Amino acid sequence: MIATENDAYQESFNQFQTEQSATAPAWLTELRQAAMTRFTELGIPTKRIEDWRFTNVKSLAAKPYQNVQSISLASGDAEELLQRAKLDDSFHRLVFVNGHYVSQWSTQHELPEGVVIENLASSIRENSGDLQERLSLETSDEAAAFIALNTAFVNDGALIDIPEGVVLDRPIHLIFLSVESGQTVCHPRNLIRLGKGSRAAVIESYLGREGEGYFTNAITQIELDKSADLDHHKLQHEQTDSLHVASTHIDQKDSSEFRSHYFSFGSLMARNEINCMLDGGEIVATLNGLYMPTGEQLMDCRTRIDHAKPNCNTYELYKGILDDHAKGVFNGKIFVHQDAQKTDAKQSNQALLLSDDAVVNTKPQLEIYADDVKCTHGATIGELDENALYYLRSRGVSKDLARKMLIFAFANDVVQGVEIPAVRQHLETILLSSHGLPDV
Amino acid sequence: MLEIKNLHARSEDTEILKGINLSVAAGEVHAIMGPNGSGKSTLAHVLAGREDYEITEGEVTYDGKDLLDMEIEERAAEGVFLAYQYPVEISGVSNKYFLKAAINSIRKHNEQPLISRGDFVAMLKEKLALLGMDKSMMDRSVNEGFSGGEKKRNEILQMAMLEPKLAILDETDSGLDIDALKIVSEGVNALRSPERAIVVVTHYQRLLDYIVPDKVHVLAGGKIVRSGDKSLALELEDKGYSFLNEGTEAVAAS
Repeated sequence: MIATENDAYQESFNQFQTEQSATAPAWLTELRQAAMTRFTELGIPTKRIEDWRFTNVKSLAAKPYQNVQSISLASGDAEELLQRAKLDDSFHRLVFVNGHYVSQWSTQHELPEGVVIENLASSIRENSGDLQERLSLETSDEAAAFIALNTAFVNDGALIDIPEGVVLDRPIHLIFLSVESGQTVCHPRNLIRLGKGSRAAVIESYLGREGEGYFTNAITQIELDKSADLDHHKLQHEQTDSLHVASTHIDQKDSSEFRSHYFSFGSLMARNEINCMLDGGEIVATLNGLYMPTGEQLMDCRTRIDHAKPNCNTYELYKGILDDHAKGVFNGKIFVHQDAQKTDAKQSNQALLLSDDAVVNTKPQLEIYADDVKCTHGATIGELDENALYYLRSRGVSKDLARKMLIFAFANDVVQGVEIPAVRQHLETILLSSHGLPDV
Repeated sequence: MLEIKNLHARSEDTEILKGINLSVAAGEVHAIMGPNGSGKSTLAHVLAGREDYEITEGEVTYDGKDLLDMEIEERAAEGVFLAYQYPVEISGVSNKYFLKAAINSIRKHNEQPLISRGDFVAMLKEKLALLGMDKSMMDRSVNEGFSGGEKKRNEILQMAMLEPKLAILDETDSGLDIDALKIVSEGVNALRSPERAIVVVTHYQRLLDYIVPDKVHVLAGGKIVRSGDKSLALELEDKGYSFLNEGTEAVAAS
C-alpha cells in the first residue's frame, strides 16, 4: 500500500467514526463516510489546480494533524486566549475549544421567543429539524476537498435560527480557540438561518496558542430569507504558525441584505472564501475585507458572487497591506446570470506593498450573461500616494510619520465600515498596535 | 526674507522657469500674476519643495539659508507654507490629528515644547471662528468630501494654525464665490504682520481687492516680465494679458 498524505486523516477518521458510532444517527454516519470518500478522491489541492496556483496549501495541510476528541482546559492558555477574544459582555457568546463547545464560557442573554442560539452537537443529539439536509452542503467549488473534509468530521459549531420578524438587538459572538498541544485540527461548522424580515449580527473570532502549528478548517453556512438582514464579521487572529482554511456560503432571498466584514491578521497561511448566491430580486450584498500579512505569511482571499435574479446590488472592497516577504492573493469572481438584468456590481481591490519582497496576485473575474447590467471592477497595487505624502510633508510632518498616517488611513477606511462599536474599537486597537499612529 | 536669483526649473523635458529673480522682504505682500501656463504654480511648488521639478540653475535664499537644499518638511518647519490650488484629500486621517501632527512636528524641529491638548483646542476654536468653519469639519478626513470653497478655507485654517513666516497662496481665489472670497481674504489679512511675508499667486486681480499687495509681478513664459505696485494689477484687469506677450518677446529678443 502506498502511503499518502491522506493517511493521517483516514486513520483519524476511522477512530472518530468508531467513537461516534454509539451516539450518531445513522444518516450522519453515512454522510460523514460519503464525505470522507469524496475527500480521498479529491485529495488535498496542489498548485497545479488553477485556483490554488499561488497558495501551496499542500505543504501545510498534509501534516499528520490530530482530531481532538476531548478537551481538558487544564492549562491557563485557553482562558488567556478567551480574554483576548472577548469583545463585549453584553453579546451572546458561544465558545469552542479545539472544535468542542464549552458551555461554562458561553453566555446566553434573554432571547426573543423562537430564537435558537445553540451548539451543533446538541442539535445533533436531539436530531432536530432538517439538519441532514443542511449539512449536505453540495458544492462544486474550489474548496471542495476541504468542505468534504469538514463534513467528514462534522461534529460541532454554532447553530443560529432567527425566526420571522425578530430583530436581535445583541450581536452573537462565536469564538474558536485552538489550545490543545500537538498538531491539532478542528472542523467547526456553523449554520445560521434568518427568517423573513429578521435581523442579526454575528462575529466569528479565531485564535490559537503558539506551538507546533495547528489547522482550522471551518465552514459557515448562512441562509437569509426574504428581507432578512445580517451583519457578519470575521476576525482571523490565528497563531502565525497555523493553517486556516475557511469558506462562508450565503444564500439570499428577495430583498435581503448581507454585509460581510473580513479581517485577516493571523495564520501562516489563510485561505478564506466567501460565496454569495443572490437567489432573488432586490438583494444587497456588501463584502469588505482587510488583510495585513507580514513576515512569511500568505493570505488568500476569494469571493464569488452569483447574480441569479434581476435588480440586485453588490459592493465589494478588499484592501491588503503587505510587508516583509508576505504574499497576498485576491480573487473576486462575479457571475451575472442570464436572468439577472439591472444588476449593479462594483468590485475594488487595493493592495499596498510596503516592502520590495512582498507580492500580491490579484484577479478580478467577471462573467456576464445578461445585457442590461452595470459591472465595474478595479484593482490597484502600489506604494503610498506621492501627492498625499508631499502634502503632509509640506505641512511639516516628517516623511516617516506621513507614511504611517497614510498606511493607517488606508486600512482605517475598511475598519470604519464596521458598525458595531466594540468590534470597531477592537480593530482600531490592533491597527494602532501594528501600524499605529503615535500620539502627536 | 526670500531672495530668488536666476531660478531655472524643468519638469521632465520641459523648461518651465527660465530665470526668475524676485526679492520679498518681511512684512510685504507680493502678488504674482500671469496667464495660464506661465509657471506661477511651478514657482510656488518649487519653493515648497515638490520633487517633480528639477532645478537646473539659480538659487533661493530664505532667511539667509539655502532653501533648495532643505527637505520638504524642513522648509515647512522653518516657516514656509504653501496654500494649494488643489488641496489633497486624505481619506482616513482626521483634520484634527493632521493639524496637531503638523504643529508638533514643526515645534519638535524647532526644539520648542509640544502644544498641549487644551491649548490646541483653544487655538483651533479661535481660528475656526475666524474662517467661519464648523468644528465638526475637524473630525472629518482631511479635505475629503469638502466643497471647493471648504478646501480653500481649510488651507487658510492650516496657515492660521501653523503661523508661517512665508506664506505662498496658489490661486486661493479659484472656485470661491464672493462671500467665501471675503472670508478667506479676511483670514489672510489677519495674518499680515511685520515679521511675515505673503506671496499671492493669482490669475485674476479680484483677490487683490481684498488682499492688497505692496508689489505686483507679472510672470510670463517662465520669467518675471514686469513689476510694479498695485496699480499694475488694475492695468492687467483692464487690458488683459495679451499685450504682455509682445513685451515678453521683446525682452526675449533683446
